[in-house]
Amino acid sequence: MPRIYRLRNVALPARAGRYAVMPGRAMLSEVFALTPGDGAASGFVLAQLPRGPAPLLWVQDRVSRQEAGRPYLPGLGLPGPILRVDVARAADVLSAAEDGLHCTALSAVVAEIWGDPPALSFTASKRLALRAEASGLPCWLIRRGASPDLSAARERWRVVSLPSAPHPDDPAAPGAPRWRAELFRARDRRPGTWVMCYDPATDRVDLSAPFADGALAKAGHAGG
Amino acid sequence: MELWQKQATQAGDPPPQEVPVALRTEGPHGPVIHATNRAARLAGVREGARVTDMQALCPGLRVEHADPEGDSRLLARLNLWMRRWCPWSAVDGTNGLVLDTTGADHLWGGEAAMLVDMETRLSRLGFSAQLALAPTWGAAWALARFGPVRAICHDTADLAPLPVAALRLHGDTALLLHRLGLKCVGDLAAMPRLSLARRFSRAKLDANPLLRLDQATGRMGEPLAPPDAPPSFRAIARLAEPIMDPAHHLPALCHDLCARLEAAGQGARRLSLCVYRTDGERRRIEVSTAAPSRDPAHLHSLFRDRLERIDPGFGFDLITLEAPGAELLDRTQPMLGGRKDAALELPRLIDRLTARFGARALSRPAARQSHIPERAEVTAPLLAPPQDSPPLPNRPARLLDHPEEIRVLYAVPEGPPAQFVWRRQTHRVARYQGPERIAPEWWQDRPGTRLRDYFMVEDHDGRRLWLYREGLPADGRGGPPRWFLHGMFF
Repeated sequence: MPRIYRLRNVALPARAGRYAVMPGRAMLSEVFALTPGDGAASGFVLAQLPRGPAPLLWVQDRVSRQEAGRPYLPGLGLPGPILRVDVARAADVLSAAEDGLHCTALSAVVAEIWGDPPALSFTASKRLALRAEASGLPCWLIRRGASPDLSAARERWRVVSLPSAPHPDDPAAPGAPRWRAELFRARDRRPGTWVMCYDPATDRVDLSAPFADGALAKAGHAGG
Repeated sequence: MELWQKQATQAGDPPPQEVPVALRTEGPHGPVIHATNRAARLAGVREGARVTDMQALCPGLRVEHADPEGDSRLLARLNLWMRRWCPWSAVDGTNGLVLDTTGADHLWGGEAAMLVDMETRLSRLGFSAQLALAPTWGAAWALARFGPVRAICHDTADLAPLPVAALRLHGDTALLLHRLGLKCVGDLAAMPRLSLARRFSRAKLDANPLLRLDQATGRMGEPLAPPDAPPSFRAIARLAEPIMDPAHHLPALCHDLCARLEAAGQGARRLSLCVYRTDGERRRIEVSTAAPSRDPAHLHSLFRDRLERIDPGFGFDLITLEAPGAELLDRTQPMLGGRKDAALELPRLIDRLTARFGARALSRPAARQSHIPERAEVTAPLLAPPQDSPPLPNRPARLLDHPEEIRVLYAVPEGPPAQFVWRRQTHRVARYQGPERIAPEWWQDRPGTRLRDYFMVEDHDGRRLWLYREGLPADGRGGPPRWFLHGMFF
């Protein structure tokens, strides 16, 4: 699980750079995974969660679980335990997440919803947002196969994986994972696009300028 | 012994009657005989002797492992079953049950008829029993083990011909009494009490023949302490008119039940709400909690979404709320700052989610030592203490429940994939790492399970996926190897 954050690139706009990552803010945030069968969104969300031994509530609907798999403990390396809730419908995901936000013993709540169900209306997202702010817990919605409709989420991201960094030892092997994260709506800061590189060896996330080199930019656009 | 025979019969491998069988336990100097069957007893195998000695004595002896914990569990269950004859019964040591049948024997046609009935019913269960009836616990113990069949003791003189070991004495003390020439209980009873008291003044109870004799003759009391039925907690609402919806009465019922629980220092683990309908039917719903609780608001919230599942029929006029499962719960002080207690919050969340979505919806993965990816994760109890699980290298962040088969193009059959089709999309492999070969766990997999070669691949869009090839081209375990996609990396 990514642990330390560092801003590496000076080319970022000053305000956006200062706010680029703020782990553990108690609010509702939404992440759209552009490609469904992709671990980038979960990696990005885990990077934003607070550290600690408190359990993490992870709610999934059935389609998300079938299409994108379940979080796999040996690959995550979380500091605390994870409580998984598998329910069938999106409405159940929302109510389970709301129940979780009542409980201050958790570290965060992550909910995965597939598609654009009618249950996830503006009112439902507003409910979650207010509940998260009242209880002081971060709440993340991972949306797959969805279009960004009206929502009360305080921050909305689009995340997609990029070709990974070169492997230090083996040129044929994939190296540290890289993601392109686009903040396209935020309440209290300016939207922007970042390239994040997660280094599993040192367990930290580095931010670099969006598309500092041409090849990466092309790959990123192709992926997006 | 009989438990073992029952298990052997269930397993379809009962030994014939004439084969001597013995059960062994671990003694201080190697294995010793714990129990024997009739054939072994006739061959001279004694309980408590060493297994090697007895095997020398009886070469055809079949020795099996004893299961003392299973025996004691069975005895505890049998103890409750024996209450069909009388209300008071308790487990006595490792191989006895003591029943207080005072005032119960006439219901079964007298004392002798009751003993016959007990023996018949026990033999139908597959147990042999030595029964005896006596005014005191000690006398019944002695007669059951050393007396005649189905002995009924009327007088202390009945105990006189029994050996001194029948007084529940330690082996050393019985030997000492033998050496003193006191061979049976009658000899001991004839001795002056003063000299016995002087000789054994400092001895403990099981080495003191005088105290044991007093217990057997009833001069010293020995109360029976049967395991008590757990107290039941129940709140009742009787209504003047039949109603259709119990929701309005539930808060008062919860308050009432919690007051009772608090008075007894208990917390509810299971709750059952029962409505008695006017048409003579009864309907109930049950909820359970992860940790004992007696908070009325919390218990009420567990029923909130389930009340609609109760079928009211034409209405009901009696509602009971019962706590069939209760556990000890100490009083806790509320936090001084007015914050909610974090230790209580998590069980409540679990209760709430379990009540709404069922116990199977919730799971808490825990790491386990295994190379097979789906076996490296097991479900732990929801409230287990956290354990440290270091992340394994090269394991994906997400795992598919069922690996999805893919069609693969490769340059060499045992090499990495060059291109694959997954969910009707073609992915070209840009970079790969592997293979990581994971062999099947032969001690639990079926024979013929194929090994897996895992590849971590990255396609041209940057997706990092976990593929595996099941088997090798010529491993003799089925046709050409198949390819699967099993997980996704960050």
